Amino acid sequence: MLKKKDIISISDFTKEEILYILKTAEEMNKKDCSELCKGKILATLFFEPSTRTRLSFETSMKRMGGSVIGFSGEESTSRSKGESLYDTIKIVEGYADIVVMRHKVDGSARLAAEASKIPIINGGDGSNQHPTQMLLDLYTIKQSQGKLENLKIAMVGDLKYGRTVHSLAAAMAMFNAEMYFVAPEQLQMPNYIIEDLQKSNINYHIVDNMQDVIGKVDILYMTRIQKERFPDLQEYEKVKNVFILNKKLLETAKPNMKIMHPLPRVNEISEEVDIEPHAYYFNQAHYGIPVRMAIIALLLGCVK
Amino acid sequence: MSSENIFKENLFNHKSNKNLAQELNDANLAQESKQEINDEYQQMKLGKIKEGTVLDHIPPDLCFKIINLLNLEQHGRVISAATNLTSTKMGKKGMIKISGKILSEKEVNRIVVVAPNVTYSTITDYQAVKKVKLKVPQEIVGIVKCNNPNCITNVESVQTKFKIVSEEPLKIKCNYCERTTVKEEIKLLM
Repeated sequence: MLKKKDIISISDFTKEEILYILKTAEEMNKKDCSELCKGKILATLFFEPSTRTRLSFETSMKRMGGSVIGFSGEESTSRSKGESLYDTIKIVEGYADIVVMRHKVDGSARLAAEASKIPIINGGDGSNQHPTQMLLDLYTIKQSQGKLENLKIAMVGDLKYGRTVHSLAAAMAMFNAEMYFVAPEQLQMPNYIIEDLQKSNINYHIVDNMQDVIGKVDILYMTRIQKERFPDLQEYEKVKNVFILNKKLLETAKPNMKIMHPLPRVNEISEEVDIEPHAYYFNQAHYGIPVRMAIIALLLGCVK
Repeated sequence: MSSENIFKENLFNHKSNKNLAQELNDANLAQESKQEINDEYQQMKLGKIKEGTVLDHIPPDLCFKIINLLNLEQHGRVISAATNLTSTKMGKKGMIKISGKILSEKEVNRIVVVAPNVTYSTITDYQAVKKVKLKVPQEIVGIVKCNNPNCITNVESVQTKFKIVSEEPLKIKCNYCERTTVKEEIKLLM
């Protein structure tokens, strides 16, 4: 049984707990779960709007026979009247059995967890953590490669500001992955992440182009480079096409190499790649359902 | 003028301490005695307090910072402070004596965050009744400001909380936004 009351940050998890969630997610796909959470209510508090995360949590709860209440955007809530997050959570804990929340402020999920008697799932707190994305990324990698240990993974794009790749690097370090960080210099992986990898004796490489790594890796994890991250637009113009994945670049890829992306994509993966056997980003989005079903069911105690 | 000469000159000028000056002039004075006189001289300059707090082994550049962070300018009783005193352990050190005030736990923790390893003594009837070398607590609550402007502690009314990542050099991590802060970046809450 998962001993956690809440799902807030990757730093709260042991490797065993992560594997337990992934195993439970695999079981969700195999059995009838339609009444697993019958009579339970999930509150979706999306202070900041989201499409995939909110819909996949709602779908997950409904597939297990539970109900959903909630809001998306602060405008229609008492937050717009100045209510504190603490008060909002204290109210909702009397209405629902479990909460998933997204908030633009870093650390808001931890505060909510401290305030709440019922389990809180962090659906993204500012630029800080998005742990269920990390768990579904691991689930996707395991489904595609049959294992998590000793894989080679390249992370491409905006590695400086992307919370997804920060969590993924920390998680893959638990499984002794060899990592390639492919980014323009100004968007490379932050030092504190690199320092943690060094402490764990993880083999990593700083790289400035995709061609050199595509033939070496099992997973190519793409992220979007945002124009607004560049103070000098000339710098953006120089690098924007270097990190676009097209069909030609895949010629050297291993047969079972899979491309992942947290989505939404803009132009960093050409549409011609979608029909390639390497494309796995839509499967990845779909895997959010069994993983989130497992998380909800475990936290509610509906599965042990 | 060397620091030792300044020391001697000051000592000679102090009428009540002529016997010490004489000793200092003795060419065969043992090193230990010199240190003893030095210590006595320092104590003399700061003056003993009947009751209150003594902070010793303060890094010399942090002496005045500690006076500020304890808001001692508001304290109506005698405060004596000296810095760049000779120290066997540290080379140079600062010392603060605060008459009529025992520091609260929060005040002590404010000191620890900027100057770990300070020696803290409480004085009763001119005697040190408690003397401890301060140590950084495992959790720092309500003392340090989080430097991340988008941290919930800077947006809502939430007490800050930091965990210690490393004691030497001091590195702390926000319990909420998980950003780490190194010693040089630490800002105290008022």
